[in-house]
Amino acid sequence: MKTREKEKKLSWKELPDGDLLEAGTAAKFITGDWRTEKPVWDGGKCINCMFCWIACPDSSIIVKDGKMTGIDFEHCKGCGICAKECPVKPVKAIIMEAEKK
Amino acid sequence: MVLTTNPKGKIVAKTGNEAMAEAMRQIAPDVVAAYPITPATEIVQIFSQFVADGVVPTEYVAVESEHSAMSACIGSSAAGARTMTGTSSQGLALMWEMLYIAAGLRLPIVMAVVNRALSSPINIHGDQSDTMGARDAGWIQIYSENSQEAYDNMIQGMKIAEQAKLPTMVTTDGFIISHCMEVVETMPDDMVKKFVGEYKPERALLDVKKPYTLGALDLQDYYFEHRYQLADAMNKSKQIILDVAKDFEKEFGRKYDLYEKYRMDDAEVALVIIGSAAGTSKVVVDELREKGVKAGLIKIRVFRPFPHQELAKDLANVKAVAVLDRSDSCAASTAPLYAEVTSALFTHSGGKAPKVVNYVYGLGGRDITLEHVGEVFDRLVEIKDGAKVGEILKYINLR
Repeated sequence: MKTREKEKKLSWKELPDGDLLEAGTAAKFITGDWRTEKPVWDGGKCINCMFCWIACPDSSIIVKDGKMTGIDFEHCKGCGICAKECPVKPVKAIIMEAEKK
Repeated sequence: MVLTTNPKGKIVAKTGNEAMAEAMRQIAPDVVAAYPITPATEIVQIFSQFVADGVVPTEYVAVESEHSAMSACIGSSAAGARTMTGTSSQGLALMWEMLYIAAGLRLPIVMAVVNRALSSPINIHGDQSDTMGARDAGWIQIYSENSQEAYDNMIQGMKIAEQAKLPTMVTTDGFIISHCMEVVETMPDDMVKKFVGEYKPERALLDVKKPYTLGALDLQDYYFEHRYQLADAMNKSKQIILDVAKDFEKEFGRKYDLYEKYRMDDAEVALVIIGSAAGTSKVVVDELREKGVKAGLIKIRVFRPFPHQELAKDLANVKAVAVLDRSDSCAASTAPLYAEVTSALFTHSGGKAPKVVNYVYGLGGRDITLEHVGEVFDRLVEIKDGAKVGEILKYINLR
């Protein structure tokens, strides 16, 4: 698995006692690199309803000051839930497209 | 039913089970989760009565099996609660996978184990096959010769477990100790509470301000380091056990060590033994001493961590040693205690080691008498005087 910084493997002395992991460590790993489809967000159409934000299973909808500002592609798996939930009509503010490699 | 408690401590007649339950009442753990099994039933039965009578504030969890009992203890201990339980034989066997998890997660659970034979054939009487099978589970193992030691070891066990961050089992021999009424000196509640102290875990899952994950998947890249941590903690717990024993002696006057040396100073022939049969054997040692035979005995109290270096040093000057095992390894070269003792001698004695023989005795609760122990010593004296060792592994009183 790729990480932002090269992971330093801890020795038995450096690890906390027992099989204990600090909370929040998932954010340090890039877990979205196997995506086959990606959500494409159109900021002009977005109504900031936050449906995508609440539905995203990977906390990948980036919100600042109550407004959606983009998608965290380091963690988005391309599941499409945000596009499915987007209520904007007639064309959704988020649509899914094939991931270009 | 009102059960006797001795909040001020005194000299009383108690069975091993009663003594252990009394120690648990005085420790007053936050949680006890247990399932009854002969001959350990009384420990948790008496304790649950204490809870029902309101003499102890513990949360008692009545579960549907020993597997669940240990699982509940693991959850409770991980949440940050001081946790105890008790079991025996098949119950310990049913806990098996959870034993390793308690150790791997470094949870200081204290468990009273009344040693009993394992099925099949079904047998409810005392031998040490159950805890010997669990010897590599990463639990500290402390064995008791009598009810007094069972009581004292429970109190020390709690402190040892929490300092070492390792689960600890304190054992007695089924029926021989668990159901035998003996004179026991109990200590006042406030002194026990002060000795054991308040439990303040470094990390606990209920600490919502500092959340963490416990027991996550741990593959090729980290499992090895975590298992080494466990082995290292077990090795280091030896000093903790000695320090707690020293504190205990200062507070309550009774002396404990990793093992007891009985008339070993100039001993030429000696037994190494665990548990209640040590008492019987000491009588034989005394009789032999009166006849001028330099006999001695080592009673192992702490089997895990095993005192390898110490034992090799203390046995180096003995001429002939018999290791008595109350369990069998089914076609390993010898039984478990013998394997540990000879391994210690081979590795740490620097070439100077006694001749050592092995006896398996007392399986399924079969009595071992003064005469049986006397015969073992007779053979040791012959070996000391130059007789051939012959067969290494023998079985006492086997038809």
